[in-house]
Amino acid sequence: MTSRLSAIALNTFREAVRDRVLYNLIIFVFLLVASAPLFSQISIDVERLILVNVGLSAISLFGVIIAIFIGIGLVSKEIERRTLYTILSRPVRRWEFIAGKYCGLMMTLLVNAALMTVGFMIAVMITSHGLKAQDMHLLVAVYFTVLEFMVVTALTLLFSSFSSPIFSAILSFSLFAIGTFSLDLRNFAASAHGITKMFALAAAYLVPNLASLNVIAQVAHDQPVGGALVLYNTLYTVLYSAAVTAGAVLIFERRNLK
Amino acid sequence: MHAIEIQDLSKDYAVGFWKKTLRPALKSLSLTVESGETFGFLGPNGAGKTTTLKLLMGIIFPTAGSATVLGKSVHDPEVKKRIGFLPEQPYFYDYLSAPELLSYYAQLSGVPPAGRKERINSLLERVGLGDVGNKQLRKFSKGMLQRVGIAQAIVHDPEVVFLDEPMSGLDPLGRHEIREMIQGLKDAGKTIFFSTHILSDAEALCDRVAVIHKGELRGVGVVNDLRAATGGTSEVIWQNAQVLTAVSSLVMEPHVSADTVRVTVSRENLDPLLEKLRQQSATLISVTPLHGTLEDYFLSKTSESEKEGAAV
Repeated sequence: MTSRLSAIALNTFREAVRDRVLYNLIIFVFLLVASAPLFSQISIDVERLILVNVGLSAISLFGVIIAIFIGIGLVSKEIERRTLYTILSRPVRRWEFIAGKYCGLMMTLLVNAALMTVGFMIAVMITSHGLKAQDMHLLVAVYFTVLEFMVVTALTLLFSSFSSPIFSAILSFSLFAIGTFSLDLRNFAASAHGITKMFALAAAYLVPNLASLNVIAQVAHDQPVGGALVLYNTLYTVLYSAAVTAGAVLIFERRNLK
Repeated sequence: MHAIEIQDLSKDYAVGFWKKTLRPALKSLSLTVESGETFGFLGPNGAGKTTTLKLLMGIIFPTAGSATVLGKSVHDPEVKKRIGFLPEQPYFYDYLSAPELLSYYAQLSGVPPAGRKERINSLLERVGLGDVGNKQLRKFSKGMLQRVGIAQAIVHDPEVVFLDEPMSGLDPLGRHEIREMIQGLKDAGKTIFFSTHILSDAEALCDRVAVIHKGELRGVGVVNDLRAATGGTSEVIWQNAQVLTAVSSLVMEPHVSADTVRVTVSRENLDPLLEKLRQQSATLISVTPLHGTLEDYFLSKTSESEKEGAAV
C-alpha cells in the first residue's frame, strides 16, 4: 500500500516539476531578492513591514494558485487522457490514488514554499542587516501558509473528483476567498437572529477557517504567535483536510469513469 | 475454472442534462473465455466493446450482472496483479521516459525492486524500443506509444491480457508489429482478450471470437466454424454435362469444360442435387464445402440486428 501510494505521489511531483510549474518561483525569488535594496530606500520604520507583508502574502498567493491550477487537473486530466485506466486496472485502490495525488501535490507545494522562503529570508536579512530572534515568527507564518495549502489542496481535489476543471477552479477560488473572510462570517452569525443565524453559523463552520491561518500582519509587527494557536491551527487543518479528502474518496469510489 | 466469465452483464448510461434518460450500452452479455485462449471481441464502433472492457477492469460499475476473471471478482486486487490492460489509443504521462513509465507501473503492480530494471530493459528490447533512452513520451510517435502501451500491459508478466483496439490508428507496418507481439503473448500461453473492428487481425490471431452489435451479443464461436456457418455453400463437380439441364434450378454459377461440370450449391439444395445426379447416372467427382470469411459472418450478424431494428 505504502509503495503504491508513494509511487503515485512521486509521479505527481515529478510531473509537476517537469511541467515547469516550479520555475515561477525562481522568478519570484529573483524579484524579491533584487527588490530588497529598494525597500531600504523607503523610511527605516516601514521597509521591513512592507517586505514581510509583500513576501509572505506572495508565498501564500503563489502557493494557492499552484495548488488550484494543478489540483483541478489531478483527477480530470487522468480521466481525459485515460492514464487512470492503466492505474485502476492494477491493484491500486481508488482511495490510494486520491491520497497519492494529495501527497504528490503537497510535496510540490512544500518544495515551492521552502525555496520561496529561502529567497524571502535572504531579502529580510539584506533589509534588516542580519536576522533577529523574533524573525523566527516569520517561519511560523510560513508554517501556517503550508497549513493553508493543505486545506486548499484538499478542497480542490474534492471538486476535481466530480466536476470539470473550470468548475473546480471557480469553486476552489470562491471557497478560498470566503475562507479568508471566515471570521467576518462568524461575527455576522453571532449578531444574526432566527433562521439567518442558523444558515450563517452552518456556513461559517463549513467553509475553511483560513482567517486564523493568516498571521502576516501580526508577525510583520514583530508580535509573537502563541503556541496554543499553532496547536489549534495544526489540529484544525489536519481534521478539516482529512474530512474533505475523505469526501473526495467517497465520491471517487462510486464514480463511473467514462 | 474459466479465465474470464461474464454473466448477464448490462450497463446503462444516464444521458441528457438532468441525467434522467437511460441509454443502454451493454445488454445482458454472457460469455466465457478459457485459459490460454486468444479471444476476439468484434463489433463496429459504438457496439459496446470498450464498455465491456471498462467493466472488466472495474473502471465503471455494471447496472446488472457480474464478471469474474481467474475465478474472482474484477475488483479483487489479487486478480488485478494477474491481469494487464491496454486502453484504446493510449496516452501516457508526457514528461516521463519509457523506462520511468514502466518502472512506475511495475511498482503499482507490485513487481519487486530486485531485477525490476533488468526486466524493464529486456521488455523495451522486446517491443522494439531498446534504443529510446530517456526520450520523453511526448516526443513519441503513435506507433511507439502503442508499443509502450503493450509493454506497460505486460510489465508484471500477467496471466490474462486485455487489449482494446490494439491496432487502431496504426499504419500497416505498425499493425504487423503489434500483431507479432500479440502472437508472441499467445505463444507464451497467455490468455488474450482483445477488441477490434479489424477483422483480418481477429481472423489471423483468434481461437474464438464474439460479435457484439448495439450492446448485444450476436454470435460467438470458433473462427473456422463461424466461417463455415456463414459460407454454407459447396462446390460440386461431376461428369456428364447433359444432366445440367435437369438440375439447373438447384445450382449456381455452372461451369462446363468438355463433359465435366462444376457448380456451386446451397446447403439446402445439396442433397436434392446429389439424388438427381445418382438418378441420372452422372459420375460424381467431388463435393467441397466452401467457407465464408469472418467478414461475411460479421456482416451477417450486424445486418441481422439492423433488420430486427427496422422490423420493430
